[in-house]
Amino acid sequence: MIYFDNSATTKALPEVLDTYRRVSEDFFANPSSLHALGGKADSMLQSARKQIADLIQAKPNEIYFTSGGTEGDNWIIKGTAMAKRQFGKHLITTNIEHPAVINSMKQLEKLGFDVTYLPVDHRGFISVDDLKAAIRKDTILVSVMGVNNEIGSKQPIAEIGDVLADYPNIHFHVDAVQAIGKGLMQALRHPRVDFITFSGHKFHAPRGTGFIYAKTGRLIDPLMTGGGQENDWRSGTENTPAIAAMAKALRLLLDDEDAKVGQQQAVRQRIYDHVSQLPDVTMFSQLTPDFAPHVLCFAIEGVRGETIVHAFEQHDIYISTTSACSSKKGTESSTLAAMHVNPKIATSAIRVSLDEHNTLAEADAFNQAFDQVYAEFQKLSANRKETLSAI
Amino acid sequence: MQYSEIMVRYGELSTKGKNRQSFIGRLNGNVAKALHEFPGLTIRPKRDRMHIELNGEDSTAVMDRLSQVFGIQSFSPSIAVAKDMDEVHAKALELMNETVPLGSSYKVNTRRSDHDFALDTNAMNLDMGDYLTDARPDLIVKMKDPDFILRVEVRHEAIFLSTTTIKGAGGLPVGTAGKAVLMLSGGIDSPVAGYYALKRGVDIEMVHFFSPPYTSDSALAKAKELTAKLAPYVGGIKFIQVPFTEVQEEVKAKVPEGYLMTVQRRMMLRLAEAIAHQREALAIFNGESVGQVASQTLESMAAINDVTTMPIIRPVATMDKNEIIAVAEKIDTYDLSIMPFEDCCTIFAPPAPKTRPKTDRARYYETKIDVEGLMQRAMDGIKITEIKASDTFLTQAQDVIAELL
Repeated sequence: MIYFDNSATTKALPEVLDTYRRVSEDFFANPSSLHALGGKADSMLQSARKQIADLIQAKPNEIYFTSGGTEGDNWIIKGTAMAKRQFGKHLITTNIEHPAVINSMKQLEKLGFDVTYLPVDHRGFISVDDLKAAIRKDTILVSVMGVNNEIGSKQPIAEIGDVLADYPNIHFHVDAVQAIGKGLMQALRHPRVDFITFSGHKFHAPRGTGFIYAKTGRLIDPLMTGGGQENDWRSGTENTPAIAAMAKALRLLLDDEDAKVGQQQAVRQRIYDHVSQLPDVTMFSQLTPDFAPHVLCFAIEGVRGETIVHAFEQHDIYISTTSACSSKKGTESSTLAAMHVNPKIATSAIRVSLDEHNTLAEADAFNQAFDQVYAEFQKLSANRKETLSAI
Repeated sequence: MQYSEIMVRYGELSTKGKNRQSFIGRLNGNVAKALHEFPGLTIRPKRDRMHIELNGEDSTAVMDRLSQVFGIQSFSPSIAVAKDMDEVHAKALELMNETVPLGSSYKVNTRRSDHDFALDTNAMNLDMGDYLTDARPDLIVKMKDPDFILRVEVRHEAIFLSTTTIKGAGGLPVGTAGKAVLMLSGGIDSPVAGYYALKRGVDIEMVHFFSPPYTSDSALAKAKELTAKLAPYVGGIKFIQVPFTEVQEEVKAKVPEGYLMTVQRRMMLRLAEAIAHQREALAIFNGESVGQVASQTLESMAAINDVTTMPIIRPVATMDKNEIIAVAEKIDTYDLSIMPFEDCCTIFAPPAPKTRPKTDRARYYETKIDVEGLMQRAMDGIKITEIKASDTFLTQAQDVIAELL
């Protein structure tokens, strides 16, 4: 099996699951319980928090555990809106964000907030000048993703941070769900970034866990109110086993990050070099440094993306149409639409997304399978052309 | 940059006349204790400075530790270069390129203990200045208050270069001011008082009152953990735990509510004094701050202080709570201190303690309890442990947790 759908989710690592199981057995008590077992579970929770904080160069009290990326995005956006509504009702984001961001914004629009969706150029990047022009007196939040989940474009986070240095009252949120472990730590930790969303299952932790970074002094309202866990910011009994597993997964992910990024770049390049030379193939991801190392999005003209996904499945290779979240609905990719890609080509788009365990040998196997799939469809379309001309 | 040595400038001890030798000796010992995990180092204490030869040890880690040793004014990581001006130029440029950003201002400051070297102090300053003006035209020479000082030391063995001076912890070497006990509750103030005691060279031992089952093991662990936070400044601190349950129960049973707190505190102070005598300590430190709570009004202090003639030193007496918190955060005790465990000062706290207790009333109510017997039994139950910087008490199963994460 070759798994090239890591932007949808990753496979949990055995050693991470081992931690999950052992923490479930030995640290099962409620961390809020007063007795010694509760204290033990709380120690585990706080140690996990500290480890995660150290790994992303933050302080433990800046880390809040969530159920994943969707909750993190929802919380930071709506929590900012609630906490800062008396200061303004204008929010800025991009039109290539993940639905967790876009749909949170849409919900806020219904409540009377005003949202600016920044456009992207044909390569999939927003312009910092556009952003600067969009800022108003009543702007309370700028939310921009670190790495686009469909084509892998790295948005200019540090440059936006520099611009926002002149607007200290605006919250700056970065959705880093696709950016963690991809060599972007320096940009993410730009001093002007206030909030960051992370999701555990994108880096080999179990599903249903994630965390946000919230800079000291920056306040948002909670979405989950209840028993006052997480410093009264996010109630709900802590998912200790998943949190411990996530802390371990993050440590493993960031260990020797540069080498892992290099590995993914090499695998990506081997596939890119092979498929990009074929006629009818349009590449949406580039090899330039402004693209993340793990995403490769392209289209074979005339063949629907889902058809190709199923064709690769026959070779035991797993890829996706653009984002897993929208692929089942058969809608065209929102990022490609925002890039003004011809809808006909956009519906043909497929995405290969890598992790640090994928190898060059797998890239070669993919390329071989690709040739077969490509030849089949060439035959089909040739037949069709013949039939058409015969009529 | 691979540094060859760290040059340490002594703090106030340069002014201490005849005692100088013993001060340097004590500092040398404290530095050696603080740096014991770096076996490669050679420490050479001299009359006016101390030189720590790194011999390949990690300079950043060494300096981290060094910044917690009291009695050090500042220190500078330096590189040793052979006495050849071409090499000195090359190394100086390398060092400047790494540590001095574009467009900074600087000056050269030469010290010479090898008076046979061809260039004297002025000639050296001029030569280095000439060379750097050509090599780093972006830099501005500035004699008054430059951003950086390139220090050049011509010694017999080599020439030493440094551009960085790091502020030390200041104060006096711990131990040079004698020994005292610190009444450590577990709150925010007493660890800060302990920090200031250590800073003035006082070797402290912690006295902690605990009252099981009214106070939990966690509260005791927290006090020990706080002690561990202060241990790096000395190497190790003695932790003296005093059983206080019987005293509190007896006082609660026999003394009117308004004087509960005053009499309890008088008992604590008596015990602290008895321990100080036993441990050959000369004073008692505590974290009282004037007017902060009922037991810390001047009237209360007078009524409580009545039981001893031993000096009681209150380093944070005149500080605002916010100032104390700022120091607690700096010395990393704040987060521990605010953990919500009952300590023996909060249990049995009367709803309305007297803020202006009278000394004679306190004395009178004390006749109702068996002061001698209670003291004796508490003293008999004392337990003393040595706490090191690396010890942990609060976080249980820490090894298992580390392995799982």
